[in-house]
Amino acid sequence: MTDRRASLMVTCLGDLFFPEVGVSIVRVLRKLGVTVDVPADQTCCGLPLFNSGYHTEAAAVARRTVSLFKDSEHVVVPSGSCAWMVKHEYPGLLAEAGLAREAEQLAARTHELSQFLVRVLGVTEFTSAVPGRVTYHDSCHLLRGLHESQSPRTLLGKLRGAELVPLPGADECCGFGGSFAVRLPEVSSQILAKKLANVEATGADCLVACDAGCLMQMGGGLTRKKSRVRALHLAELLDGSR
Amino acid sequence: MKDTFLQEALTIATTKFIGLRREAFAGFPEGEALRDQARAIKEATLQELDRHLETLIANVERLGGHVHYAATPAEARSIIVDIARRTGTRMAVKSKSMATEEIHLNEALEAAGITPVETDLGEYIIQLAHERPSHIIAPAIHKTKGQVAELFTRELKRPAEPDPEALTRIARGELREKFLQADLGITGANFAVADTGTIVLVTNEGNGRMVTSLPRVHVAVMGVEKVVPSLTDLMVFLAILAKSATGQKLSVYTSLVQGPRRAGELEGPEEFHLVLLDGGRIAQIGGPLREALSCLRCGACLNVCPVYRQIGGHAYGYTYPGPIGILLTAMMEGTPAVKDLAHASSLCGACADACPVRIDIPRMLIDLRREVGDRKIAPWSERVAFTLLSRLLRHPRLYRLAARAGRLLQRPFAGSGRVSRLPRFFGEWTRTRDLPPVASRTFQERWASDKDLRA
Repeated sequence: MTDRRASLMVTCLGDLFFPEVGVSIVRVLRKLGVTVDVPADQTCCGLPLFNSGYHTEAAAVARRTVSLFKDSEHVVVPSGSCAWMVKHEYPGLLAEAGLAREAEQLAARTHELSQFLVRVLGVTEFTSAVPGRVTYHDSCHLLRGLHESQSPRTLLGKLRGAELVPLPGADECCGFGGSFAVRLPEVSSQILAKKLANVEATGADCLVACDAGCLMQMGGGLTRKKSRVRALHLAELLDGSR
Repeated sequence: MKDTFLQEALTIATTKFIGLRREAFAGFPEGEALRDQARAIKEATLQELDRHLETLIANVERLGGHVHYAATPAEARSIIVDIARRTGTRMAVKSKSMATEEIHLNEALEAAGITPVETDLGEYIIQLAHERPSHIIAPAIHKTKGQVAELFTRELKRPAEPDPEALTRIARGELREKFLQADLGITGANFAVADTGTIVLVTNEGNGRMVTSLPRVHVAVMGVEKVVPSLTDLMVFLAILAKSATGQKLSVYTSLVQGPRRAGELEGPEEFHLVLLDGGRIAQIGGPLREALSCLRCGACLNVCPVYRQIGGHAYGYTYPGPIGILLTAMMEGTPAVKDLAHASSLCGACADACPVRIDIPRMLIDLRREVGDRKIAPWSERVAFTLLSRLLRHPRLYRLAARAGRLLQRPFAGSGRVSRLPRFFGEWTRTRDLPPVASRTFQERWASDKDLRA
C-alpha cells in the first residue's frame, strides 16, 4: 500500500485524556502500511501558552517540539488546533531564536489526521467502528485556521456502516477556546448549549470532531445532560476492526 | 446575560444578518477580490494618511467648508458645542454615528442646553430608553418589537402596537417636526473622499439626507482613518460595505455631501464643518493595532461572534462592542481597559472570516493578551499559573509527575468514570460540563509498555 513513515504527535489532551484516540490512529495508519513511531517525552505544542499571550514560554515549548520531531518524515496530529499551532505559529515564534527554517520544515511535514489520510495518503474508504448515524462539527482552527472542511466529511461520507447527517451551524464555535472555557464559564456553557441543541436535533448517534479540545467541551456537555449522543474523535470511527 | 429577551432578540437578529451576508456574497463572485482590493486601498492610504488628509482639508475648504482637528474626544466635543452655541442652536438633529457615540456628544450638548435628537430609528429608540447602542449598525438590536412598543407607549404617551411598520410611522411623525425645527444637523461619515472633498453617508432610512440638508448648519464627525483617496476607491468600498453589514447590494441611500449650499442651489446648509477625530488612531498607524484602522464599522464581526451573540453589546462596557470593539477600545482607552475583554473571545476566527477587509482580529487579541501579561496587568495568580504550566511543558519528567498527581487528586471525584464536580478554579468547568479523568495510563505510558501497540 505505502512505505511511508509517520510520527504521531499525540498532544497533551490526547495523551492525558484521550489515549484511545492515539491508539486508534496508530492502528489505522498501520493498517494502511504506514510505519508509526512516537517520539518520546512529548508534552504539548504550547498553544495554551500562546493563546493566553505567554509567547516567550510558548517559544520554549515549541523549540522542544521542533527538536523532538526533527527526523520525522511526516508528523500526524489528532487536533486541528495543535496542527495549526505548529504550521502557522511556530515559524514566527522561533524566528528570534534563529530556528525559523527548522520550524518551517516541521510545519511543512505536519498534518492534521484527516488531511494526512485524504490529502497525503489519498485514502478515503474505511469501515466504521461505531455503526449508525454520525454528524460532524467543524473545529475552528481546522476550518478557519487550516481551511479544511472537506477531508473529514469525505471520510465520514464514505465510511461503511455510518450515515453522515449535516449539523446545522456546524461551523460555529463550541465554546471551548482553551482558557476561555474557564475564564468565561457561563458564556462558554451557553455557546455549548446551543451547539448541543443543534447536535441532538440531527438525530445522530455520534458527534464527530477532529480536535480534542472541542471533544472535551462537547463530550463533557453531552454526558452531563445524559444525552444518548456520544462525542468521538474521527480516528475512533475509522478504526473499524476493533 | 440572563435576560432571555435579550438572547432571543440577539439570536434572531444576528442569525438573519449572517444569512443575508452569506447570500449577498454568494451571488457576487467578484466580492472576494474586492475585499482584498479594499484592504489594499486602506493599507496604502494609511501609508500616507497625512497627505490624504491635507488633500481632503484643502478640498473641503475650497468648497466653502470648515475643517477642525480634534486630538481627543474632549476637543471634539468642545468644537461642536462651540459651533452650536455660535450658531444659536437650540436643537440638533443627528443621523446615526458611532464617532459621536465615541465622543459622548449627546451628553455634552445637553449639558450646554442644546437638545440632541437622534433620527435613525434604532438610535431614536435607544435615546428614548436612555441607553447606548449595543451594535455598531443596529443600535437597538437587543430590543424586541414588544419592548419598543412599550417604550413608545410610555415615553411618547400614546398607544403603540408591537408592529414594526406602525412603530416606524409613529417615530417618523415625531421626527418630522424636529427636522424642520433643528438649527444644526450632526452626522458621522462612512468615508471622506480626499480628491473631491466629499463626505459619504451610507444609510437606509433617508434621515441622513434630511439631517444634512434641512438645518442651517451641518457638522460631520469622523475618525481620521475614514479618508479614501478618490471616488474610484470609494466604489470598491461601497460594493462590499452594505453586503457585509445588512446583506444589501447597496444601502437604500448613499449620500455624497460636498460642502455648504452654493450660490444658486436651493437646499443645503449655510455652514458645513468637518471634525477630524484622532482619539488614539494616529498612534496606531505604527502600532500593534494598525490593522484595526481598516475597519469599516459594518458590524459583520459582531453578528458571527459566539460571545457577542450570547452577551450582547452592552456587556462589553464601551462604545464599540464585539471583537473589533475590543481592539477599538484598546486603541481609544489604552490596553489596561481591555485586560479582561481581551479574553472575551474563544479565538474561533469567525470574525476575521466575516470581516470585509480581512482584519485579523484574533491575532491582535492574542497580542493584547501578551501585552497584558508582559506589562504585568494580568492578575498575579494567572501569571504564576502560566509560568508553572510552561515549566511543566518544558520538562517531560515534571509533565509525567503532574499526570500522576492528577490521577491521585481526581480519585475522590472520578468515581463514575467522569469527573462531574471539582473544587475551586476547576469547578468553573464542572459546573456545566463533565471532564474526562486523567487516563489510568496515558498514551505515552501505553506506547512505552504495550508491545502490541508498538509492533
